[in-house]
Amino acid sequence: MRPEIPTDALDQNERELRQLHLNTEIISVINDAGISLRDVTKRYGKKAVVDAINLVIEPGEFMTFLGPSGSGKTTTLNMIAGFVSATEGLLHIYGKPVAKLPAHKRDIGMVFQNYALFPHKTVAENIAYPLDRRKIAKAEQKLMIADALDMVRMGEFGDRYPAELSGGQQQRVALARALVYKPRVLLMDEPLGALDKKLREWLQKEIKRIHREVGSTFVYVTHDQEEALSLSDRIAVFNNGRIEQVGTPASLYQKPETLFVGRFLGESTVLSGSMVNSVDGMTTLDISGHPIRVPGQKNSTSLAILIRPENITLYEEGSAPESSAVNTLPVTVLDANYLGSAWRCEVELPDGSTGTVREAHSAVVREPGARALMRWHVDAGVLLEDTGEAGASLT
Amino acid sequence: MTIREPKNWRPFLLLIPAFVVVSFFFLAPLVDIFIRSITDPTLGIQNYEWLFTTPTNMVVAFRTFGTSFVVTIVCLLIAYPYAYLMTIVSDRTRNMLQLFIMLPLWTSILVRTLAWLVLLQDTGPINGLLESLFGIGPLPLIRSTFGVALGMSQVLLPFMVLPLYSALSKIDKRLLPAAANLGARPVTAFFTVYLPLSRPGIFAGSVTVFILGLGFYIIPALLGSSKEIMMSALMYQQISGFLMWGHGTALGIFMLTTTIVVLVVVNRASKGANLFAGQVK
Amino acid sequence: MTLKRALGALAVLIVLWLLLPTLVIIPMSFNSAASFNFPPRGFSLQWYENFFTDPSWLRALGSSLQVAVITMVVATSVGIMAAIGLSKIKFRGKALLESYFLTPLIVPGIVIAIGLYSLFLRFNLLGTLPGFVLAHTVVALPLVIINVTASLQGVDPKLEQASATLGAGRLRTFFSITLPLIMPGVTAGALFAFVTSFDEIILSLFIQSPQLQTLPVKIYNSVTQASDPTVAAVAVVAMFTSVLVMLTAQFATRKRKRVSA
Repeated sequence: MRPEIPTDALDQNERELRQLHLNTEIISVINDAGISLRDVTKRYGKKAVVDAINLVIEPGEFMTFLGPSGSGKTTTLNMIAGFVSATEGLLHIYGKPVAKLPAHKRDIGMVFQNYALFPHKTVAENIAYPLDRRKIAKAEQKLMIADALDMVRMGEFGDRYPAELSGGQQQRVALARALVYKPRVLLMDEPLGALDKKLREWLQKEIKRIHREVGSTFVYVTHDQEEALSLSDRIAVFNNGRIEQVGTPASLYQKPETLFVGRFLGESTVLSGSMVNSVDGMTTLDISGHPIRVPGQKNSTSLAILIRPENITLYEEGSAPESSAVNTLPVTVLDANYLGSAWRCEVELPDGSTGTVREAHSAVVREPGARALMRWHVDAGVLLEDTGEAGASLT
Repeated sequence: MTIREPKNWRPFLLLIPAFVVVSFFFLAPLVDIFIRSITDPTLGIQNYEWLFTTPTNMVVAFRTFGTSFVVTIVCLLIAYPYAYLMTIVSDRTRNMLQLFIMLPLWTSILVRTLAWLVLLQDTGPINGLLESLFGIGPLPLIRSTFGVALGMSQVLLPFMVLPLYSALSKIDKRLLPAAANLGARPVTAFFTVYLPLSRPGIFAGSVTVFILGLGFYIIPALLGSSKEIMMSALMYQQISGFLMWGHGTALGIFMLTTTIVVLVVVNRASKGANLFAGQVK
Repeated sequence: MTLKRALGALAVLIVLWLLLPTLVIIPMSFNSAASFNFPPRGFSLQWYENFFTDPSWLRALGSSLQVAVITMVVATSVGIMAAIGLSKIKFRGKALLESYFLTPLIVPGIVIAIGLYSLFLRFNLLGTLPGFVLAHTVVALPLVIINVTASLQGVDPKLEQASATLGAGRLRTFFSITLPLIMPGVTAGALFAFVTSFDEIILSLFIQSPQLQTLPVKIYNSVTQASDPTVAAVAVVAMFTSVLVMLTAQFATRKRKRVSA
């Protein structure tokens, strides 16, 4: 569902981009992208809140900006929206440079955490507002408003005022208002943050459904990694003003490229150690005196291995079947929680730090204080640089 | 790459009209009288010398400050119980009490002074009452500083009540019973606990009333005696009567400076009070 | 509870002391005799008749209304712009700027009056309509700013952002979104500005001329030469105008409840 850009506008863009001495390949990337950020930086005084971000968001994809507060994800969103101007860098939306374009001319939709519905207008009037701006005839407006309300399943609420609606209802109206004029880009700034868990989960499904129906490019900002994993086509993980990794939820989860990304998404067990050797694409680390093997190679003195808890099994001491395809590590059980679908154990690693193990069924009930053996396939480990990220997972 | 300068200058555009109006019609006049005070008739500080060395000036200044001070005390004594009452009644009653205090502010000071003129005149009802009740001959209630003080107190009372109430309402109501618990008699509790905590409100209200009182012109002009004038009338006399712009403007700058000094001093003093106020919302 | 009772009684006395004296001029204005004696004798409307048939009084009334209406418009527009501008500034100078606009409230009126007299004399502005309007605006502006700022604080800043994403430029956002939401504060401020100008005496006394005399000025001038209670009738009319306008302003601020979600 990619809208057409007039040819002469394209030529002007090309000319401007060529003037900046960008090569043809990059120009074509910018032109084909839904949203393109090149070396985008935002500085307040000396501090770079967003530091040379490079990102290409494909037309029609559901991209999530994920990260802790202060990581720059909201500032980046605000730059795309036009509320904040970039200090440096190129920002293009569907091939059109937007640096000089004020927010109200960018033809985007936006949804806010506190809904931002106009309190003095009814639901229908709220949704009519962008249509009035686009000089659409009243008769046609009525149809479009009805369609928009149907899409968010709020058809009967046209005459209500926002104050009469619940939080979830208000957010749905906000969605309808932002999408009624079919913008090519929809920005969402932590839209579900103010809602309770059940409502959040339900609305997540609704948002996914609406994305499939509408087909616009969605950019979603959140600090909730579960939300990001379930909604997105791709996730950009922000940390300290930079994007640490961009990828599909699966690739980020299974193959994190930095310790931050690994720890931020889902739970993890991290083993720190120093390199013993690296031969034929297989590295051996010294983890508290135990030789542990992990695929991959990295040039760094402090390294770590990240393993997802569901890939680890616990055995009684001495009863784990050894093989060259697995690693084992002696641990002490700290705590064991039965979650219904699985057992979740916290264990103390040899160096004193904590690890997590998740087993679908456990024959043995893990007693706190019991010695056990942690076992996992060598291939399940991910070799990462040890940047000293803080302990337990940051959900 | 593309550098963009911040768009923060736009809000300042909105401030320009207000800035122009206030600068040209408030600041400029003040600057103008300052200039006149040191250049009329010749450059120098002779006008200020005249101000501080002429005995009548000092008498007038003393009378003005004194009257304002007395009015401030009177207002404080009357306003305190009223403001306190406002803190202990229901919301509805409080709104009513607040309305009654604001109501007089809706009528012009001229109208209110006129009314006092009628009431206090020699053949007026107050004198009539005094005569019939106590057989006292007509008292010069107007054409006297007493009349001025009376009029000023009535007009300035709301300006004492409102800041006072604002401060009193922030005092934790549980402190008085707590003090009683610790063995203090109500009167002691009031003087040692409540009163000190209400200091910021007392300062705020007093400074407002005092400063406003200094500059009053209409009330002293209509209710006062031409032999006992205030600084405002003296200014008018010098400028309109004697055309001594230098003298009049020097008086004006003196009044302005005094106002600023009082504001600054009381501000400092009340900040010190705040440190110990321990106000709880 | 006897303390409460005692305080209540005291409060009643205080309210009477505050309100009753002013009310004295009402019966005065209906006096059938041409005197200021109180209590008045008889009932007559002649002083009101005097007022409404005397060209010089009517001219003064007309001038006052004219100045007050124009001041209301000027002070409100300038004040709204200032309040919005102040709300968008985030740096430290903001408090200073805010105080700058509010200072006229605390400086003695007589000082501003002689300053304006001095300045207007130099620039030939005495007794001119623009002169009056701008002088009154200076003292009315703080009230507008205070009221509009109070209303603005209740408006969610994200609403402006939302309006922008929906395609509305700054001006359209102001008229469609911001203004309707701050209407209570704007109305209150405008009406306060009207009353401030209508009742303004001290500045007007000094910047008047035979060509332009507002009603309070004429009342003041008449008090000293008064031979009959016409001035009381005028005062009553002026008083009722002010009170009526202020009551409307109070009503406007009460309406705030409905709109803020």
